[in-house]
Amino acid sequence: MLELRSVSAGYGTFQALFDVSLDVKAGEAVGVIGPNGAGKTTLMRAISGLIRSTSGSIHLEGSDLAATPSHRIVELGIAHVPESRRLFPRMTVEDNLRMGGFAPSARPKFRQQLDVVYELFPRLRERQRQLAGSMSGGEQQMCAIGRALMSAPKLLLLDEPSAGLAPVLVEQVFELVKRIRAGGLTVLIVEQNVQQVLRVVNRAYLLKAGSIRASGTALELQATDTIREAYLGV
Amino acid sequence: MNPSAVFDIYLLEAVINGVLLGGVLALLSLGLNLIFGVIDVVWICYAELIMLGMYGMYFLFTVYHAPIWVAAILCVVSVAILGVLLHVLVIAPLLGAAPINQLLATGGVLFFLQSAATVLFGIEFKNLGLRLPVLKVGGMFVSYSRLLAFAAALISMVLVYLWLTRTYTGTAIRAIAQDRQIMSLMGVDSRRIYLVTSALGGGLAGLAACLLVLQYDVHPFVGLSFGPITFLICVLGSLGNFVGGFVAAFVFAEIISVGGLYLDLEWGYVFAFAFFIVMMFVRPEGLMGRRS
Repeated sequence: MLELRSVSAGYGTFQALFDVSLDVKAGEAVGVIGPNGAGKTTLMRAISGLIRSTSGSIHLEGSDLAATPSHRIVELGIAHVPESRRLFPRMTVEDNLRMGGFAPSARPKFRQQLDVVYELFPRLRERQRQLAGSMSGGEQQMCAIGRALMSAPKLLLLDEPSAGLAPVLVEQVFELVKRIRAGGLTVLIVEQNVQQVLRVVNRAYLLKAGSIRASGTALELQATDTIREAYLGV
Repeated sequence: MNPSAVFDIYLLEAVINGVLLGGVLALLSLGLNLIFGVIDVVWICYAELIMLGMYGMYFLFTVYHAPIWVAAILCVVSVAILGVLLHVLVIAPLLGAAPINQLLATGGVLFFLQSAATVLFGIEFKNLGLRLPVLKVGGMFVSYSRLLAFAAALISMVLVYLWLTRTYTGTAIRAIAQDRQIMSLMGVDSRRIYLVTSALGGGLAGLAACLLVLQYDVHPFVGLSFGPITFLICVLGSLGNFVGGFVAAFVFAEIISVGGLYLDLEWGYVFAFAFFIVMMFVRPEGLMGRRS
């Protein structure tokens, strides 16, 4: 479904990704783990078009994402939940969800997707008239995921969904991810919280200093020492 | 009649005129606030667009004898187009530049338009030659042109509010003012939103021109009467905050109108600007500012 081949990307003269190749198949949940500054967020941004890759190719179901204007990528079926949620804090929950369904292809499905999101996260229905910025961190994460789901995506990109949340909320967020997965949605999730994320994904890649250092099923990665080495450098 | 009753009626008349002035000032500040909130640029030359619109009304109505509503519609549309041109020719190429460069560029446009208007139209004061009657209620005088301006300003602001809250494009305009970097993730083409906003900002300037030309003569420097006060109102209401600008416009208008009652009208402006300076010490973030 999603195919990255030797993708390099960065900011100005700083290169953050080196020749990254990665695949996500339809129906899969794939994780990208790695320490701080490994290039995980850059990877997500390159896929959703927030930044442009400098070389390599990115395809979604055969469509060339590098040749697609960034505001059209969501119409191809990619929804990106950015790092630290990035809700519109002074807009209501419902307005935030409406922005998630802004793409012309998503507008006719607004009511239907709103029902899907409210069914998934009943808490959001209760808070639909509340300003997004006034909710708790966990509720905001629900809203951020709900906003992404409003475009009825084929592939959901989750960037550090547990970052900045209290431990008890971290558990909740991974429950949310499981709930979304139950519907069969394909997910690519970036996380620092290795133990938690390996419980919800089928496969994972280990990213360090901008390159893929290891990949395998969640069980394989748990069994090897690669992860410990990557994080601790021993 | 005892003296205090007469005094109260003057005060009431000043308060009412303040409200009427506030409506027009609120309309002026809405246009500037929209541009700043969405594009993050201050159109220093905003009032010069109004000046051109007033000339447009003068030529269409007084010189070419177009029906006034046809002149008004043409005026709004033309100034909206001017807004788009301003964005495409001056603002868009400088979006990545330092804010000071953007200010200087739109400041340059201000003086360019003033000089161009002087060359093209001369420095004589011109007016529509239209005298709307004055309404007399219980000893108070309220001019129809002010009432009309107030009503039109209020109606157009309600329409803009509904559009901002009920449509996808309007929602995107509010959203882009809160987080411009992630707009492409929502499927929003920011460049298109900038164009729509520039057209709307220009259109509001055109509407303001139609309303102001009923009350004031037009000349190449008439923008100086509206530009600085519009900018100060936006700053007082927290630049980019639509509600703040609305409230600040009425606060300013009442100070001008009621302050001018006790001395001369000009003193009202002195009080208003002094109030602004004091407020910059007391609440530098503006009336509706968020302390961060």
